[in-house]
Amino acid sequence: MSFATAGFVAFFAALFLLYYAIPKKHQWKLLLAGSLVFYWFAGWRCLVFIGVTALSTWFAARKIETLAASQTEALKAEEARRKEAGDPLTKEERKARKAAAKKVRWRWALGCMLLNFGILAVMKYTGFLLSIVGVSFRGFAAVMGISFYTFQSMGYLIDVYWGKVPAERNFARFALFVTFFPQLIQGPISRYGDLAKSLYAEHGWNNRTIGRGALRVIWGFAKKLIIADRLAIPLKILTQKPDLYTGWNVALVIVLYAAELYADFTGGIDITIGCANMLGIDVAENFNRPFFSKNTAEYWRRWHITMGTWFRDYVFYPLSTAKGMLRLHKACSAKFGGFGKKITVYLTTLLLWFVTGVWHGAAWNFIVWGLLNGIVILVSQELEPLYARFHGRFPRLKPSKAYGIFEIVRTFLLMSLIRVFDVYRDVPLTFRQIGTIVTGGTAVRFGELGLSSADWIIAGIGIAALYAASFLNVREPARDRLVRRPFLAWAGATALIVLIIVFGIYGIGYDSTAFIYNQF
Amino acid sequence: MEDLLEILNEIAPDVDFSAEKALIDDKILTSIDIITLVAEISDVFGVDVPPEELVPENFNSADALWAMIQRLDEE
Repeated sequence: MSFATAGFVAFFAALFLLYYAIPKKHQWKLLLAGSLVFYWFAGWRCLVFIGVTALSTWFAARKIETLAASQTEALKAEEARRKEAGDPLTKEERKARKAAAKKVRWRWALGCMLLNFGILAVMKYTGFLLSIVGVSFRGFAAVMGISFYTFQSMGYLIDVYWGKVPAERNFARFALFVTFFPQLIQGPISRYGDLAKSLYAEHGWNNRTIGRGALRVIWGFAKKLIIADRLAIPLKILTQKPDLYTGWNVALVIVLYAAELYADFTGGIDITIGCANMLGIDVAENFNRPFFSKNTAEYWRRWHITMGTWFRDYVFYPLSTAKGMLRLHKACSAKFGGFGKKITVYLTTLLLWFVTGVWHGAAWNFIVWGLLNGIVILVSQELEPLYARFHGRFPRLKPSKAYGIFEIVRTFLLMSLIRVFDVYRDVPLTFRQIGTIVTGGTAVRFGELGLSSADWIIAGIGIAALYAASFLNVREPARDRLVRRPFLAWAGATALIVLIIVFGIYGIGYDSTAFIYNQF
Repeated sequence: MEDLLEILNEIAPDVDFSAEKALIDDKILTSIDIITLVAEISDVFGVDVPPEELVPENFNSADALWAMIQRLDEE
């Protein structure tokens, strides 16, 4: 099931009403049932997959926690024994025992990760890997949300292994964390420590909370159905026969895709978080005005935030602090001095972005996309002393508004350029297409891209509205202000719903329910 | 402590590490700075910082960092 369907609206309406009708202590159980029903629409086979992940992770985490407790007890007992015998444990002996104990716990964590990342790898990447060795294989049917729920579960497992979060002893409660339906389609990727605070709590009816959530859901649908699905039409035409649309058409693709992906992805996230909020549950934000970023590093702190932080905490940091990496760093800095110190930083960063690219999809274009992001970040890092010198010469430039706007536009164009590897799907073709922006290509004919002039105007107004909203939301989300004035809130909601009904694209021939990230 | 300040100043020369208390919260140190820092700490102090220690509480100030290094050395 995806969001922009009558089925989902009906499902959520029913769930919502039941949720506030039943005794509060059973609300989380209803959510679990609802999530399983939701997921069942994706296919009973998918339920098997998510079930295996939930069960194995719950079991492994409990085991790790139990081990940690018993190992600590055993060490304490040994310390007491040795002290009594007049031969106390030395610091080295204590460290060695702790390390050995950690190794046992690590084996459980590793086993669980191999199983679940293995399932993810096989389901998502078999086709791609086989194609590298020349075997053609269509690949397995997609398991909805497998990238999201696997990462969310593995994050929990690692948090338990690190002792950051207590293991969830109740399997049903844990299953809800894994299958929580609003997140199954496209995230956000939640942390157990955060989500658990509100997921299992008792939720009473609260006008403001529910109003805020509802406004957010409606806004999400508006973005999706008015803007994203409308822009998808010319994008499809422009990218399906790329040879016919070169030169400035490619520039148009770059800009349209930026707008379409933003509206689609943030729209879906708005629906996700809005639904969760309507159920009284707090979910982490996934976007923070990303197109106002001044550099690539900042962009990745504002776009798909939960994915960025997941990769940072569970891939980037563990990789860079691994004993092997630290030893490599020592060897490189001994051999190559100042430059040598940077080698492991570059290696880790590029590995991170390689993995990020792979996560996005089983195709070369995603890998190239990921590496390009990594390269841009590293290059900006290297150019910093140069920038600092330049700004030293022109000190009034950096704080000026004009320069700020320059940085924002530059970052927007750069990120949008790299992002276009998503949309042409073939690496050499993408480079060729981009090349034609400079060398020239076919003319742009707005009238022949599947949208009438009225459609283009509506899309334009929609984008302007998004832009205005991001300014309105800076200090406080507009919906928070709206719910304090119920009449305005109702008026706004009604107006938006009317706009969605009148201007929404319910495409014939275009699957308006296929969110871009649905394949994940 | 002086060695630590030296490492920090090489990573981010414009920052006053004796005064700053929100190195992570105010995004003064980036994640790349952090892993560079951890690598240097390993080289200079022989202390390997495990990933679960990469939290704001340990990295928000030079003092917090120093306390973490000493604690990890002991454990």
